[in-house]
Amino acid sequence: MSTTDAPAPAAETTKRSGALELSGRQNLIVAALVLTLAALAPFLFDEAGDIMNNMVLAAAYVVMALGLNIIVGFAGLLDLGYVAFFAIGAYTVGYFASGFWSNVNNEEGFSLGVGKPASELPGFHFNFLIILVLAVIATTIAGMLIGLPTLRLRGDYIAIVTLAFGEIIGRVAINGDEVNIFGGSLTAGRQGVTPVDKIDPPFVDRFLALNLRPWYWFALAMVILVLFVNFRLRDSRLGRAWIALREDEVAAASMGVPLVKTKLLAYGTGAAFGGMSGAFLASYLNTVNADQFQFAFSIFILAMIILGGLGSIWGVVLGAVVLSVINNHLIPNVFNTWPGKVGLDFDLTELSFGIFGFLLVIMMVLRPEGLLPERRRQLELEEGVGTDEAVYEARMP
Amino acid sequence: MEAASVPAPRPSPGDTFRKLVGSFGLIAVLLILPIVFAVDDLKDEGDLSRLANNIVDGLSNGAIWALVAIGYTLVYGIIELINFAHGEVFMIGSFVTAWFFGVIGLTATTGAVGLVLGIAATLIVAMILPSTMNAMIERVAYRPLRNAPKLAPLITAVGFSFILQNVGLLWQGGSPRSVEDIIDSQKDLITFGDVIITRGDVLAVGVTIPLVLLMTAFIARSRLGKAMRATAQDPEAARLMGINVDTTISATFLLGGALAGAAGLIYVLYQTQIWYFQGFTAGLIAFTAAVMGGIGNIKGAVLGGFIIGMIQQMIDNREDVGIFQMGPAWTPVYVFAYLVLIMVFKPSGLLGEQTREAG
Repeated sequence: MSTTDAPAPAAETTKRSGALELSGRQNLIVAALVLTLAALAPFLFDEAGDIMNNMVLAAAYVVMALGLNIIVGFAGLLDLGYVAFFAIGAYTVGYFASGFWSNVNNEEGFSLGVGKPASELPGFHFNFLIILVLAVIATTIAGMLIGLPTLRLRGDYIAIVTLAFGEIIGRVAINGDEVNIFGGSLTAGRQGVTPVDKIDPPFVDRFLALNLRPWYWFALAMVILVLFVNFRLRDSRLGRAWIALREDEVAAASMGVPLVKTKLLAYGTGAAFGGMSGAFLASYLNTVNADQFQFAFSIFILAMIILGGLGSIWGVVLGAVVLSVINNHLIPNVFNTWPGKVGLDFDLTELSFGIFGFLLVIMMVLRPEGLLPERRRQLELEEGVGTDEAVYEARMP
Repeated sequence: MEAASVPAPRPSPGDTFRKLVGSFGLIAVLLILPIVFAVDDLKDEGDLSRLANNIVDGLSNGAIWALVAIGYTLVYGIIELINFAHGEVFMIGSFVTAWFFGVIGLTATTGAVGLVLGIAATLIVAMILPSTMNAMIERVAYRPLRNAPKLAPLITAVGFSFILQNVGLLWQGGSPRSVEDIIDSQKDLITFGDVIITRGDVLAVGVTIPLVLLMTAFIARSRLGKAMRATAQDPEAARLMGINVDTTISATFLLGGALAGAAGLIYVLYQTQIWYFQGFTAGLIAFTAAVMGGIGNIKGAVLGGFIIGMIQQMIDNREDVGIFQMGPAWTPVYVFAYLVLIMVFKPSGLLGEQTREAG
């Protein structure tokens, strides 16, 4: 590069960046608008139709994606085993809101804060709000435990270690029906724990499978909570520490950012949201099946945040909604007719993960900053500041 | 060790202990499992024949993992990327093998000469196609990201892994498909007492060893091999010395892909089944092998491959030991646990890393 155009890139970047940069008040207005529309949307659709079902799932995925965004987007720790937290959250429901531990209390069951049919059945039956708290506690601890061994590792090793943990938890879930523990088995394996108690919040009727609106509003409430936490964290001391860590670990450490605490908090917080959403999905899908906890699910969530824009909160929400619509509506109902039209015979739903893989490649090569990029991240990408590359580059002369 | 003879400050017992654990800890951990199994076998059956057979079968499995692991280690050594799609390249190698057997009409009834020629021809095809594909993936998905953050090519690698899995799914369907056992791989060839060496074992090791020797000679002697080593050490300096770094990296992917394709052929002949999902687990197992030996280190990858192969075979063939469940369904759990333990406590592996970061 010649010296004459040296100052140009900076000016160009500021001009070129189509990054979404909102002030605090604009953000509030956008949030209020989007969420009001989202809250009113169910009245437009059939209360037990496909569209409602997809909306509930999309909201649950938004919660998960925002959780993973804290780990990968904010703190820059590539976690390929996020499904572990889905599994742990779901099994919290399986253990404490179903007939899974049927031998408890002389096969009469033990219930806490739940209404009639569930309170008379064998097994533990806790109120869903209690379970949500339990799931958050369990996944936070699990997140930190999984994060602990990765503290000293470089970026790509972190990815593989988290992937290995995710796989270990997935395999244990599948094989857990062979393990005897407390007079039962560890998991129900591929058969799944089913049925699972429906959400039974205080002051409101128990949620039903035939009316999906309450489920949707409950998920939306989780989204609002998680969005709030995300924005507050991002703009906090901790959030700035995460971003500093992502940009340059050595520089961050020498500026006094406590690496261990900061990293563990990222893992813990991100995991907690995964657990929340996992518990919700278990109750909503009415099963805790070991086949749900595959590596592909981690990539599904990762694709959401990469599509939307790593670190960009609104981008991640958009990415989660878009991928959820692609996965649950467009692929099975729209794209799936295309192979037939051109004379091919295969089921496109089987190939959904190939499509997501393709999306990952395309996004990373053509638009790594995502659909709604975060400006900071975009600058990092253009300058070539890596997650931990800088650490090693710094040692080179 | 006599501490007094060292002029440096006296090492405390803690330091000596740490040093010992550093050098021998991994070896000790790796030895625990066979020892536990040996005790268990002696208790149950009175002899060690099961363990010995596991070791023999494990070497054949290990030959497959070694070939795949070399691909990981070569690529990591040169561009510091975990080529996540490498397991799928191995899978495609298997699929090409099964397809080509059909094309040239190789069956169990083919005569000995035809069989040897046919397998040799298949080996060439099964090495060329996956290796070309591997180099093409590098061109499309990794080269444009060479100056991007390090995690970007890892993400595209994961993406390509899924794309290739779905190619396999479209090609051969969603469930495991069995392939004709054309060499009668389980037939005994040599027996030492209770220890049986089958045709499959001989084939696996017999294909692997020459390939590995050929490749090490290529890297040590040839001009391109020298360029590869130079690029692995310092791409910038290599470029300044007139080495075409992009071509060299492509060559590395070709080489890794060819070995993965050969592993795919052995897998088909030895396991006699193919599945679109075989590459995912195989890839992780082989990656564990590469890390165990010391990533970037070719000898290490081969050693790690054989060790992992034996460990896997031992766990596969047991129901449970004490409170620990064993068997094929649990094997990945143990292998991944090894992966985590090695990466966390001894990331340089048994023989030491040979990468830019380590060096």
